[in-house]
Amino acid sequence: MSSYHWDWSVFTQIADDDRFYYQWLIEGLGWTCKVAVCSFFIAFILGSILGIMRTTENKILQFISNVYVEFFRNIPLIVQLFLWFHVVPEIVPENLGTYIKQDVPAWFLAIIGLSLFTSARIAEQVRSGIMTIPSGQKMAGLALGLTEWQTYLYIRIPMAYRIIMPTLTSESMNIFKNSSVTFAVGVLEVFFYGKQIIEKTAQEYEILTAVALIYIFVALCANIIMSLIEKYTRVPGFIAKGSK
Amino acid sequence: MSFDFNVITDNIDYLMQGLRYSLQVTLVAMIGGVIIGTVLAMMRLSSNKIFSTLATIYINTFRSIPLVLVLLIFFLFGPKITGIPISANQSAYITFTIFEAAYYAEIMRAGIQSISRGQTFAGFAVGLNYFQTMRYIILPQAFRNVLPILLTQTVILFQDISLVYAIGATDFLGAADKLNQRDFKPIELYLFVAVVYFILCFSLSRLVKRLQNKIAIIR
Amino acid sequence: MSESNKDKVMIEINNISKWYGNFQVLDNCSTNIKKGELIVVCGPSGSGKSTLIKCVNALEPFQKGDVIIDGNSIMQCTDLPKLRSRVGMVFQHFELFPHLSIRENLTLAQIKVLNRSKEEAMQKGMGYLDRVGLKLQADKFPGQLSGGQQQRVAIARALCMDPICMLFDEPTSALDPEMVNEVLDVMVELAHEGMTMMCVTHEMGFAKKVANRVIFMDKGQIIEDCDKHQFFDDQDNRSERAKYFLSKILSNH
Repeated sequence: MSSYHWDWSVFTQIADDDRFYYQWLIEGLGWTCKVAVCSFFIAFILGSILGIMRTTENKILQFISNVYVEFFRNIPLIVQLFLWFHVVPEIVPENLGTYIKQDVPAWFLAIIGLSLFTSARIAEQVRSGIMTIPSGQKMAGLALGLTEWQTYLYIRIPMAYRIIMPTLTSESMNIFKNSSVTFAVGVLEVFFYGKQIIEKTAQEYEILTAVALIYIFVALCANIIMSLIEKYTRVPGFIAKGSK
Repeated sequence: MSFDFNVITDNIDYLMQGLRYSLQVTLVAMIGGVIIGTVLAMMRLSSNKIFSTLATIYINTFRSIPLVLVLLIFFLFGPKITGIPISANQSAYITFTIFEAAYYAEIMRAGIQSISRGQTFAGFAVGLNYFQTMRYIILPQAFRNVLPILLTQTVILFQDISLVYAIGATDFLGAADKLNQRDFKPIELYLFVAVVYFILCFSLSRLVKRLQNKIAIIR
Repeated sequence: MSESNKDKVMIEINNISKWYGNFQVLDNCSTNIKKGELIVVCGPSGSGKSTLIKCVNALEPFQKGDVIIDGNSIMQCTDLPKLRSRVGMVFQHFELFPHLSIRENLTLAQIKVLNRSKEEAMQKGMGYLDRVGLKLQADKFPGQLSGGQQQRVAIARALCMDPICMLFDEPTSALDPEMVNEVLDVMVELAHEGMTMMCVTHEMGFAKKVANRVIFMDKGQIIEDCDKHQFFDDQDNRSERAKYFLSKILSNH
């Protein structure tokens, strides 16, 4: 290769703001985690509600949920973030728009954008989890005198979540990767800082390696946490059997 | 509040150029990605430990790190390895092909595994070797089974092209962004981009669903 | 006209007709079940017997006719869940709730529907669990039990609601042969205690032993509705279809 000068001490060089570069990366990691975790919680709650709406017999609820899911699934994440960041402040009443532009921090809009995007995906997963459960379970619940909503709450939803555990796990890993897109609207997460350091020091290989390792590490953590949750909520005797 | 759609109509050529770029990269990455992905899937399923480990490392690595990071890596690496200068637009072709291959590989792996082992045995029984069995018996069936999922992944790929923003390449979104920096009309421009993406992706996924229903009937 | 307790009609099925789209699955079905009676419903597959029994507690909606449970009409009912809780149902595939322990399976509906206290529900649940011979499995999960054990728990679960009558939809069809008897024994005991029961089943031995009446269905219609002895012993007077069905079934017994 050409004349590239490896310098692993770049991380301990001092930046413009008198901090070490590795501290930049750590701050970036902090924002990555904050944005990803908050978005995941919101997306999980929203997505669950919407997924359940799709499985009811109520045509209106189904329609609303369908429109929502199709909207957020067919527009790229970065375009959605641009809409929140650049378009929404312009089309709301002027006071609100100025407030958004000046006082609402970038990470807040980013969390809104990322959570709505992810909620559409989770809605689909929750819906398919509920649909997988045989209709006999619902009938058994109804036969005992439970109302439809009680069958959702006590029987179908608990089982549905266990069924979709694997997809929820990969969704949790996805949201950390997707948080990197928020750099485009000015969130100071780790990809953003990585780019900054490269521009300042031209030590591309070291920085890229570090950032890549950070993301791999974070993905592993998310995976481990989800497997712990899965183990804790596992239904004894369920794994291979499945319902008929 | 008045919308000034002239910014779109006046610059429609520039925007369409960006859209064409997005579609081109999608096409190249889809074809290349499926081919490489199929090879990777076969390596992953092979009994040869070296092949399967290499494939697993490839697949897991590209599935663990964000796409924008991969785009940046290839954009900075590319010229250094080959020695010739490569533009952001050009590097994206290679990046997406290699990146999506990891995702197509998992889809093809599931497809291959869904074909019962009896088919492989039948192929061997009539004297076909491993590659012939894959080529004439297993892969055609696997491919047909997972075609809807491959197409869905391609729609996702098409949306992902928008991330070349990270390396400053000019795709559909990039074109709109550059126009916005010059004329400052974010509402019209970004809404236009969103609407076009929505129409394209929504129609494509409807088509895929219809294809899925047709396949189900034939079964 | 006063009826003695013995002749009280628990369930009236009046002119039930049901369509799936254009296809008619039930055609003007009528019968009634008196207190303490055990009715066996049999017939070839596709005859509508499973559909009929699911209409009794309105799990399957029907377009024409009515079902009256202990004087309460389904069509005019305002609180269907409450009405359903008075009729126990046992399903072909057991349908225990896999994520709940056996104990919780038994107490869930008692607490949520009948508003019993947890202690009361537990006591009742364990009582019925013991009656079906599975007291030791209380803290296990459905996936850890055999089919026969699961079905016995399902019967106990239905009994915990103190139903006025029990519906059985092919309760032994999904069981391996060696487990069929443990479930039938529980059902026979239930019958001897005077529970009103309606069973869709292929088990003709069971029918001969404990049934009061036999209903034979074919193509959505009730063809025969007669006393057990008439059905099995007086075959010459039965319809052609019933005779044909019996000859096929009984040749294997």
